[in-house]
Amino acid sequence: MSTATRVPVRRRVRRTGTPTPTRRTRRRTDWWAVLMIAPATLGLAVLYLWPFLETFLKSFKGNALFGPSKFVGVQNYSNLISNDAFWHALRNSMLYTALVLLGVPLAVVLAALIEQVTRGRTIYQVLFFLPVVTLPVAIGMVWRLILNGDFGLLNWVLSRLGIPGEYWVADARLTIWAFAAVGIWMGLGINLIMVLFISGVSAISPELYEAWALDGGGRARQFRSITVPLLSPTIFFVVILTVISALQMFDLVFIMLGSVNNTAIDGSKTIVYLFYEAAFVQFKQGYAAAIAVVLLMVIMAATAIQFRLQRKWVVDV
Amino acid sequence: MSETEIARPASRRGGSRRGEMVVHAVLILGAALMIVPFIWQVLTSFKTPNEVASLPPTLLPTAPTVHAYATFFQTVPFLRQFMVSVSSLVMRVAGQLFVASLAGYAFARLRFPGRDLVFTLYLLMLMVPSQLFLLGQFEIMKELGLLSKLPALAIPGMFSAFGTFLLRQAFRGLPAEFEEAARLDGANTWQVFWHVMLPMARPMIAALAVLTSLYSWNDLLWPLIVTPTGANRPLTVGLAAMQGQYGTDYPTLMAGALVCLAPLVLVFLLLRRQFFAGIASSGLKG
Repeated sequence: MSTATRVPVRRRVRRTGTPTPTRRTRRRTDWWAVLMIAPATLGLAVLYLWPFLETFLKSFKGNALFGPSKFVGVQNYSNLISNDAFWHALRNSMLYTALVLLGVPLAVVLAALIEQVTRGRTIYQVLFFLPVVTLPVAIGMVWRLILNGDFGLLNWVLSRLGIPGEYWVADARLTIWAFAAVGIWMGLGINLIMVLFISGVSAISPELYEAWALDGGGRARQFRSITVPLLSPTIFFVVILTVISALQMFDLVFIMLGSVNNTAIDGSKTIVYLFYEAAFVQFKQGYAAAIAVVLLMVIMAATAIQFRLQRKWVVDV
Repeated sequence: MSETEIARPASRRGGSRRGEMVVHAVLILGAALMIVPFIWQVLTSFKTPNEVASLPPTLLPTAPTVHAYATFFQTVPFLRQFMVSVSSLVMRVAGQLFVASLAGYAFARLRFPGRDLVFTLYLLMLMVPSQLFLLGQFEIMKELGLLSKLPALAIPGMFSAFGTFLLRQAFRGLPAEFEEAARLDGANTWQVFWHVMLPMARPMIAALAVLTSLYSWNDLLWPLIVTPTGANRPLTVGLAAMQGQYGTDYPTLMAGALVCLAPLVLVFLLLRRQFFAGIASSGLKG
């Protein structure tokens, strides 16, 4: 009962948004609550918060294999920025991210098209979603075959169209582009479903479209003038999530090149691949920790930049 | 779907039949691009390695053979890896649902000191990429002697700031009346949670279950690093290892990939709605 005076009633209402809390819940600390958050909070503290702090500390320590590592200051970081491989991986990750972003407008257009049809909507949703429920390992394997420079399906199709083929997954200048194509293919279903389901296309009021039609507006401009602005908060969210996950891309590099000892791996590493290699192949934990911290900073910077840019294009609905 | 489909035509500003055919044509082309790799996978799995490498490529296998499947099942301990994938998934999903629904409910509906501060910490955790946790988590598993053991695959995923956040939102969206009525009838907090609120939050819990299953089934990096000896490898790691071994035996690789991807695809076809809800909720705003 003693806590009743400590907690102003108004504050609770504002914070939780629960409609009219009962007198009871309002008045006292519920000790059940402490019990209920204990498993999640302890688990997160031990398995997430502590490792996070540990990684941060490790990034300032040496790479001793056994026993405690000494503090080495910012040496891991200075090694990192003086290493060409790091800049190359950073460039690869950023290029991959930029290319994969092209999948977002594609998903928006597809979502709008799916909303236009009266029949077969579910079938389209299912087909576009199929890669999402497929093991990335399996996806990497089949695309490695399709993109094969000698006998791949893509090069054969291209040759029929009179376009010379390329060694898509054996030429380090092309691998990131190949990963991005596969990445877009893989992620299309997720983006599509998010655009369709969170305050998505179907939520746009039909009257709006009708009014637009009465005014004689065409479909393409309707898409640009109504659909895209109204969807912009959702699109913004999809973009944020796409960037965050693209900057962490690892699977495709590992499956399509790393695990099969393809020599093109050297020019095709992403930041997370570099991290994996440093931490679990070369066992340079301090160095790996520094890579992870840099990745965090890159992701935070990318997200912050997008929140800035958002003011320019996201419409407050 | 049928309900919306009936309501829809009136809203679609009398779109012409021709227009709809064009839209269908574009969508069919797109959908074809989505399934061609799967079809290619199936076709390849019935070819011989020589036929795969032949030029020009043959579309249909000239002499269909199930040799690749035989090789796969003979050389890869599929059943064992499958059981590892399934059991780690079950552990992870069950654990996460339990832990996250408890905490989610407490954060949504109960009062306790430090609630907002602790919840802010959860939210901060959401933004950190998983690589920042891997080194420490690996070390903990090593210290506990769990490397290459089943629990190591599941334990970290049982605790999820995202899952807690998602279920908190779900509980917040539920009406308070039932809760109040139960309390007036003398139910304690646990009873209210277990008998009243948890059943009402079922749709969102199902969505989280599906999403977590998807992550668990498809995850590669974490199982790869916690199974250094090769024991208790799930399908993803097993497939990747098989690739290192059979680098150019594409029929066997494709057969293996198909066998491993089939279970989740089947589950998806059965639980489509929950999958979509799960994905949509992953972008849910707070």
